[in-house]
Amino acid sequence: MTSVAVPFPLAGVDPAWSRTVSITDSDGITRTVHVLDSWNGRESGVPELTVLCVHGNPTWSYLWRRLVSLAPAQWRVVAVDQIGMGFSERTGSMRRLAQRIDDLGAITAALGIDGPVATVAHDWGGPVSLGWALAHPELLVGVVLTNTAVSQPPASPAPRLIRAVRSPGVLNAMTVRTQGFVRGTLRLGPHRMSAEIRQGFLAPYPTAQSREAIGDFVTDIPLDASHPSFAALDAVAEGVRGLQVPVLLAWGPSDPVFSDLYLNDLAQRMPHADVHRYVGASHLVTEDAPHAIPDILTWLSSLPSLSPLSSLSSLSPLPSLPSLPSLSPLSHRGHPSAHLARSDAPVVAADAPEARHDLLEGLRSRSRDESAAIVELGGSPRIVSWRELSATVDALAAGFMATGISAGDRVAVLIPPGADLTACVYACWRIGAVVVAVDAGLGVRGMGRALRSAAPRHLIAVGRGLALARAVRLSVSGQRILVGTATASSRALGADALLRDLIALGASTELPAAPYADAEAVVVFTSGATGPAKGVVYRHEALEAQRDALRALYSIEPDDALVAAFPPWAVLGPALSIATAVPDMDPTSPGTLTAPALADAVQAVKARLVWASPAAVRAVVETADELSPLQRIALEQVRLLMSAGAPVPLSLLERSLMVMPNADPHTPYGMTEALPISDISLSQLREAGIGNGVCVGWPVPGVTLRVDPLDSSGEPRGEPSDAVAVTGEICVNAPHLKDRYDRLWGTERAATTDDGWHRTGDVGHLDAEGRLWVEGRRQHVVSTDRGPVTPVAIEQAVERLPGIVHAAAVGVGPRGTEQLVVVVVTDEPTRQRSPLASLELLDQVRAAVTQVSVSTVLIRKSLPVDRRHNSKIDRQELAAWAADVLAGSGRTARR
Amino acid sequence: MGRRCVGGQRSNGAALMRVLVTGGTSMLGASVARILSERGDQVTLLQRSPSGSGLREILSDITDADAVSAAVANHHAVVHCAARVGVVGSAADFERTNVTGTRVLIEAMVRHGVERLVHVSSPSVAHSGAALVGVGAQPADPATARGHYSRTKAAAELLALASDVPAVVVIRPHLVWGPGDTQLIGRIVDRARAGRMALIGNGTALIDTTYIDNAADALVHALDRAPQLRGECLVVSNGEPRTVAELIERILRAAGISTRLRSVPASAARGAGAAAEKVWSATSRDDDPPMTRFLAEQLSTAHWFDQRRTRDLLEWQPQVTLTEGFERLAQWYAERA
Repeated sequence: MTSVAVPFPLAGVDPAWSRTVSITDSDGITRTVHVLDSWNGRESGVPELTVLCVHGNPTWSYLWRRLVSLAPAQWRVVAVDQIGMGFSERTGSMRRLAQRIDDLGAITAALGIDGPVATVAHDWGGPVSLGWALAHPELLVGVVLTNTAVSQPPASPAPRLIRAVRSPGVLNAMTVRTQGFVRGTLRLGPHRMSAEIRQGFLAPYPTAQSREAIGDFVTDIPLDASHPSFAALDAVAEGVRGLQVPVLLAWGPSDPVFSDLYLNDLAQRMPHADVHRYVGASHLVTEDAPHAIPDILTWLSSLPSLSPLSSLSSLSPLPSLPSLPSLSPLSHRGHPSAHLARSDAPVVAADAPEARHDLLEGLRSRSRDESAAIVELGGSPRIVSWRELSATVDALAAGFMATGISAGDRVAVLIPPGADLTACVYACWRIGAVVVAVDAGLGVRGMGRALRSAAPRHLIAVGRGLALARAVRLSVSGQRILVGTATASSRALGADALLRDLIALGASTELPAAPYADAEAVVVFTSGATGPAKGVVYRHEALEAQRDALRALYSIEPDDALVAAFPPWAVLGPALSIATAVPDMDPTSPGTLTAPALADAVQAVKARLVWASPAAVRAVVETADELSPLQRIALEQVRLLMSAGAPVPLSLLERSLMVMPNADPHTPYGMTEALPISDISLSQLREAGIGNGVCVGWPVPGVTLRVDPLDSSGEPRGEPSDAVAVTGEICVNAPHLKDRYDRLWGTERAATTDDGWHRTGDVGHLDAEGRLWVEGRRQHVVSTDRGPVTPVAIEQAVERLPGIVHAAAVGVGPRGTEQLVVVVVTDEPTRQRSPLASLELLDQVRAAVTQVSVSTVLIRKSLPVDRRHNSKIDRQELAAWAADVLAGSGRTARR
Repeated sequence: MGRRCVGGQRSNGAALMRVLVTGGTSMLGASVARILSERGDQVTLLQRSPSGSGLREILSDITDADAVSAAVANHHAVVHCAARVGVVGSAADFERTNVTGTRVLIEAMVRHGVERLVHVSSPSVAHSGAALVGVGAQPADPATARGHYSRTKAAAELLALASDVPAVVVIRPHLVWGPGDTQLIGRIVDRARAGRMALIGNGTALIDTTYIDNAADALVHALDRAPQLRGECLVVSNGEPRTVAELIERILRAAGISTRLRSVPASAARGAGAAAEKVWSATSRDDDPPMTRFLAEQLSTAHWFDQRRTRDLLEWQPQVTLTEGFERLAQWYAERA
């Protein structure tokens, strides 16, 4: 039997790539193998890199068509059809893993591939490619794996699924007699696959005879040691532990078979692997996630063994690659290209740093202090002294160790702000465990996604937290520790231990030395306002630098005390060595803070500092008349109000003075990845006046700012500078920067400049006074034919017009020639059905907006906002709506 | 090259030309002729009836091969504005003026070795009815263009581009208007005065228009740049798309008319247009019907264009903004009130 002719045309495949090659297999039989080979027909030349792609079951080399077409010309991309699959020969007999590994070796030999080689594989192509990789260490320079497995992790549902498929009658019916298995695989993704791509995948499998190997593949999965392929798979699974080359794990976490469990298993076997989880993508991750193939190419192009410039330059025309950082050696901290240094696994540095002031220093320095360290003013007020807190942290740390929590382990902490949360966090830091902190504001679904993405090993939670973990199907292989008292329901939720019991458990456990400065400390999450929340990893040294930056910025002294009405900062007090009060409020709903509750919290610790989100400040201002005379006096001792988390209007800061007359209101600017970046006070804001954007003040100590100018289409040029009055993407460098995005290699790469600075995604400019102005988000820049236009100043100008409540500036049309459209909400509810503004309003808006010609003004009853913040305008949705209205569908109703 | 010289130079040093402008009584033809003559070029007009412009003119039908040949002789360049516009008339009428006329002109140019042709076309030659949002000049296609006018202009444009004239530039100005315009402005104003003006849909479609001076200026730039741009085809507009509702309201305001615009669903407008075309066609009326399918589509779907390439290649920028244009229009009406 020989291979079948490939029925071109096939969407996305150049027939010129298609060729066959004859090999002699381990049985001495000659087999014809079909491959897609980007260098097919090329007579001479040596590829800079050969990318060897191996598909799984039931796909074929078609899976790699975009990789073949988008790869740089000096790379040879070879995607093989495994024997019996795709358009390779049908043998009529079962082919087992060990033989498939041999087959691949024979294929690369026949094709004259003599390195350097990077393997790229999917599904059961993974073990085959890894078997080849282990057999060819002299050629191997990199390994990319997508949704695959080398072993069955305990508790994985796949064995059951596979057993079900393998049961008599089912296997043959599903995989061979019908196209059920093939078609089912193509339907796993979040979007419906286009008909032409589906046809491409189905092309080699029209008949039962053509599909025999699909059934054989399923049969060859070893579920226990008695299986003929068990030894071969086990050799691969153990062998990869010794892989020295860079590894990328690109994963679709919605895969019903190769779930996160398999990703975590692989990551544990290859702790140096780079990881990118494409949230929402399923089994065919390279089909489901548009960025996956470009990311893989970028990753391959930065393999240390390649000459970076040549491969990068030829990658530049790739679509959807925001900016390809070149490989500069200037990085101040692990460069993304240095795969081994930027591991997604906990790293303990080999070179021990100097003795230093660690995060627990502030706590330790007051360990004999009987005064209050934490005061909770919730239902039943609770006061914890410095001495108690310090002792609890040490005892818990020992207890954690005794119960099996180790340095580097990730520990999800689902506890409301207060003494228990603070004690658990510092205890984790004490032993080098990594705290995974999810904000309840993400909602159940968002918290579930965030928790699963971080893959914590242990969980410490209040009863509600355990229930949530169960509801979102978070599986932790380590401890589930309950904060509170055991009840029937908490036992039902699988609590292994009670937090209070751990204190005794660790009595005889000796604590280790403090973690190294570059040990990971915490995984926190972005707001998730634009897409799924992203995990952000901080190391100890960055948190220490953040502590120091805040201390310097706000001249914090030990006799200062803080009211933390903004959950993330409730934990910070002990690090700053200042007492903290948590006011009586719902921490997930800042609007529930009242002026009396704030005053009581201030009084409880004699707080001179207040940290509250704008929504909380607004709620306090609005409840000011509920204050008693004594509470008013208490609030007079506040010297500093810090408000951040969303844009803080000047008027709100001004009104805050009615409640805290002696406070100097400040608003720091920053984001989950870097906070604070800059800071401005009320008086400085008044002084700054009106400008292009929102003035966010001067960089805080330790922060360096640059702006990467936008090109004519609105994209950053990749040349950050500190030039004044130039609009561009704001780039920041600081010792308190995040280490990286968590298991989002491609995102990290795109958000990092050549020399390791963080790209904030905000656009703005520096002024002659050294102040930073934020002009909007990078993706909200309107790209007109006269150049890029930023939205914030336009919106501010329009909102200053009488009768305008809200304004949003959006672009309509193709990038580079977008028309500026201003969408407004007016204060009078008109009854007209048309969304068009009157000529008078048009004239007013055009007079107010001098930057660019306003194409038109549309009126809506409200602007769409993101669900999480209820404040950030969803400009993408708004732009799509405006485009639809202005295309003239003729049936547009007012929204 | 000495042949190009009329005996002098413009202030910028460029040689003066003898230019034949066809369709010299049209708003665009008259404007181009005026600009050229004001800068010192020697202009000849070619059309059927006297222009009253004081410029040298030859009165002839554009399809009269002998007359056209005589008119073309001894010129350096031609700006071809003559065309049959509107929707009234048979396919043969449009074919004759727009296609045959262009062929006759080109043959005369080739015969006399006239090397530059600025061929005035229309964005509708590449428009099959869908919304056009920020696009460039797409290829003319007589097979998909809508209506006799667009179809024949598409064929004429292809003729011009395929001709042996060495330096052909095709310019497609979009919805040219200005004081004294009878085609667009005049019709809207007349209908509003008669209380018969209605908005199609909500008038929310964003459309490009071109103020007359800018269109004429672009043609002059095309003439000067023709040797560098041979074979180019460019859409010209003010680059300030506005909603149909705003444009109509501004025109009416300039004309001193205050009226509330009724709204007609887009589908109904297309239906009415189709019906009107049938009636007009059956009764051989020689005025334009109040609504046509083409007009209904034009006024209910977005039409605006990417002007970056146009501006770069023509080395041209619109000098009169829409706001200034409407002020001039208001002044023009005020002077006639």
